[in-house]
Amino acid sequence: MANKKKKKLTPVQQEYQALATRIEPKRPVAVNCLRAFVSGGIICVIGQAIEEMFVRWGGFDHKSAAGPTVAVLILISIILTCLGVYDKIAQWAGAGTAVPVTGFANSMSSSALEHRAEGMVLGVGASMFQLAGSVIVFGVAAAFIIGIIHFIVDMV
Amino acid sequence: MLKGHQSWIFENKPAILSTATIVGPFEGQGPLVEDFDTIHGDLTLGQDSWEKAEKTLIEEAANKAIMKSGLTKEQIHFYFGGDLMNQIISSSFSARTLAIPYFGMFGACSTSMETLAMSAYVVNSGGAEYVLAATGSHNASAEKQFRYPTEYGSQKPPTAQFTVTGAGAAVVSREGYGPVVTSATIGRVIDMGITDPFNMGAAMAPAAVDTIEAHFRDLQIEPGYYDLIVTGDLSKVGYSIANELFEKHNFPIKQTNYQDCGMMIYNYETQSVQAGASGCGCSAVVTYGHLLNRMHRGEINRLLVVATGALLSPLSFQQGESIPCIAHAVAIEAGR
Repeated sequence: MANKKKKKLTPVQQEYQALATRIEPKRPVAVNCLRAFVSGGIICVIGQAIEEMFVRWGGFDHKSAAGPTVAVLILISIILTCLGVYDKIAQWAGAGTAVPVTGFANSMSSSALEHRAEGMVLGVGASMFQLAGSVIVFGVAAAFIIGIIHFIVDMV
Repeated sequence: MLKGHQSWIFENKPAILSTATIVGPFEGQGPLVEDFDTIHGDLTLGQDSWEKAEKTLIEEAANKAIMKSGLTKEQIHFYFGGDLMNQIISSSFSARTLAIPYFGMFGACSTSMETLAMSAYVVNSGGAEYVLAATGSHNASAEKQFRYPTEYGSQKPPTAQFTVTGAGAAVVSREGYGPVVTSATIGRVIDMGITDPFNMGAAMAPAAVDTIEAHFRDLQIEPGYYDLIVTGDLSKVGYSIANELFEKHNFPIKQTNYQDCGMMIYNYETQSVQAGASGCGCSAVVTYGHLLNRMHRGEINRLLVVATGALLSPLSFQQGESIPCIAHAVAIEAGR
């Protein structure tokens, strides 16, 4: 892919890109991974604590507590998004806040907030899935394929 | 008067009668806080959308500049304006309020000097007595249009830049007192094949270098002629690359003091802006505020501002197109 792209560039462009790549700072991948591990882990610990509370005081068992736990995490994420804090945390945490369900909630609520000015139907309604839509589309498509594989494996 | 291939000399020396700069709260926390006319505490400026906030910024800058010049709106013959929004709505809508005959221009972040160059040209050639040049950008409206929703938690790479919330305006006049616009060089569109919209500095640096070299070639002067040369919004990455390119081309940039507006407006220690600032507002508020104030104080006599712009659209980069860039240079000298 990278080579195919490079072929289209003129020699001057290639030379320049080599220069630019040498100068521009790289993403600190190792640090980002570590931060994602720590912050994602913290979110999971919070989730676990919420679940334990539902089990201890809410009369749920561990299986049925999953639903309300996710709902609480989503609520916290949306509140932090509305307060303008979530994106600040995410700049530090990276994938740590993007991968869990809180990231999904943030992508939907931030789009909804952003397009509030364009009205409820064409703004909020239409734009809410601007970022989250592709997750759903590819999630459903992947689930369908996995489902077929599962079905075939079961038959054999 | 045309000089060389792509430059104008303004022999009638149009003067910048007055300027105005309006910025948002985040810029007010930066080191240039003393140089702005108005600092808004509220990012929305009391409007109900980011786009309206951006329009209000430009309106306020235009009105303030006209007020400071001692003129009235009716005396301004033409208004050159532009911004980053689709169909340059912020400028056009501000022109609706101002009711001044209007030229809408798009040069992305190079609009500040594009409009100033055109204003000076029109005034110099006798096409008008007074002309207004204004431009602005808003961080949230730019994020919304070009990147992600404002509150979306995405991690920005260290090459990313922070769009300035601010607008700058200048009134250019045939007569009167103020710094004079002496020449301008109009840039070519340069595309070095950079496709990453989070790396505008690297995309724009070759355009800035091309225009600067053209300016000195056309005018047959040396960089040492100017006390200060500034680029618009290359920020850390683009600035380093530009310096490297000058060295490679054996261009004597070291004769003068070369800086970048994108590296002046924020405090890297306390403000999280990655590589630095960008946006139409960046070069506009730094030039019309900070740099012209320094000229008034006598710290700078000859200044060359090279505003840089990335001419991409959200659609073009999604379709995998590279980012074409442009830069326009305007020379401002301490005047009469």
